[in-house]
Amino acid sequence: METLAPDLSPEAQFQARIDADLRIEPKDWMPEAYRKTLIRQISQHAHSELVGMLPEGNWITRAPSLKRKAILLAKVQDEAGHGLYLYSAAETLGTSRDQMLADLHSGKAKYSSIFNYPTLSWADMGCVGWLVDGAAILNQVPLCRTSYGPYARAMVRVCKEESFHQRQGFEIMQTLCEGAPVQKEMAQEALNRWWWPTLMMFGPKDADSPNTEQSMKWRIKRFTNDELRQKFVDMMVPQAEFLGLKVPDEKVRWNEERQAYDFGEVDWEEFWNVVKGNGLCNHERLQARVQAHEEGAWVREAALAHAAKRKERAAVA
Amino acid sequence: MNNSEWPLWEVFIRSKQGLDHKHVGSLHAADAAMAMQNARDVYTRRLEGVSIWVVESRHIHASNPDEAAEFFDPAADKVYRHPTFYDVPESIKHM
Repeated sequence: METLAPDLSPEAQFQARIDADLRIEPKDWMPEAYRKTLIRQISQHAHSELVGMLPEGNWITRAPSLKRKAILLAKVQDEAGHGLYLYSAAETLGTSRDQMLADLHSGKAKYSSIFNYPTLSWADMGCVGWLVDGAAILNQVPLCRTSYGPYARAMVRVCKEESFHQRQGFEIMQTLCEGAPVQKEMAQEALNRWWWPTLMMFGPKDADSPNTEQSMKWRIKRFTNDELRQKFVDMMVPQAEFLGLKVPDEKVRWNEERQAYDFGEVDWEEFWNVVKGNGLCNHERLQARVQAHEEGAWVREAALAHAAKRKERAAVA
Repeated sequence: MNNSEWPLWEVFIRSKQGLDHKHVGSLHAADAAMAMQNARDVYTRRLEGVSIWVVESRHIHASNPDEAAEFFDPAADKVYRHPTFYDVPESIKHM
């Protein structure tokens, strides 16, 4: 490990490396709290990718054309891949895949609340790509420079693939908006349903986010929740206008002085309610995850038994 | 929870002919054949590679980062190993 200030305590040396924008690698010394926070953050992110496959999987069999179906399949496969990159990164910190999945299934670990909302129409596939993945990109791009090496490298991979997701979502929206009035209406309804939950994806207001300061100091977070939320609104309002859609917030207005959009207050009661497990789909999502895991147990065991048997045979021969 | 987690494998990919294999990440698989297929599906969905190596992680021996300073010390004071250490007269070409 590169030593910047040999006379300092391990904690101070660690912080000096981070301040110098050097990466921390798996076997380097790190404070226990840094390790724990990262395991929580990375596994939570991995769980979100995994659970994120469910609302979209819902539409694979009902995609409106073969082309859309192939694209959606590829996207859902990417989400699985993103989950795998991230689980691997978390494992370098000393936790195990089994432990992380057990924590997800028991409800101890969280995943992004956005996936606890239902996907009711095909236009929701557009909104998930355009808005939800758009918000995810804003969250994720700064993490390509995060202080923990394996996490940063995983994020580079994720971000490269994520922009296809957003564009395909926008294209779905654009096609609907250029279609029949009833199709455009479907797009508007989906936007009405997804707008606020997407704004919630950036997390509580800065004033209610006590861990932000420490996470920014460790560079495992590089912008505050409110900063990212503002960026998102500034990015999305003109895109909605291009589509001829209206963002469901009467308070959205360009502020010449701030050079940014003013917007209304998120319903924080709803936010905390979904986080606590009372969203429309919390129960269904977790149940689907647990069921898939349990029903796949015999496959995992059989594969191990098969590998052991082959090894044995090879040793005898 | 049971004790039947598949072993961990490290994945190395040659992105195109003529380049080295480079470490890209890891994955779990029951055996080498499965590790190879999983590596293809997880790490080369967009033609990122023309060749894959997989190695079970437990077979990798790594240098200790806490001893890095001493370990790499022998090379630290040998600047004469670099061409820039030598002054070449300006009139000398092709060197």
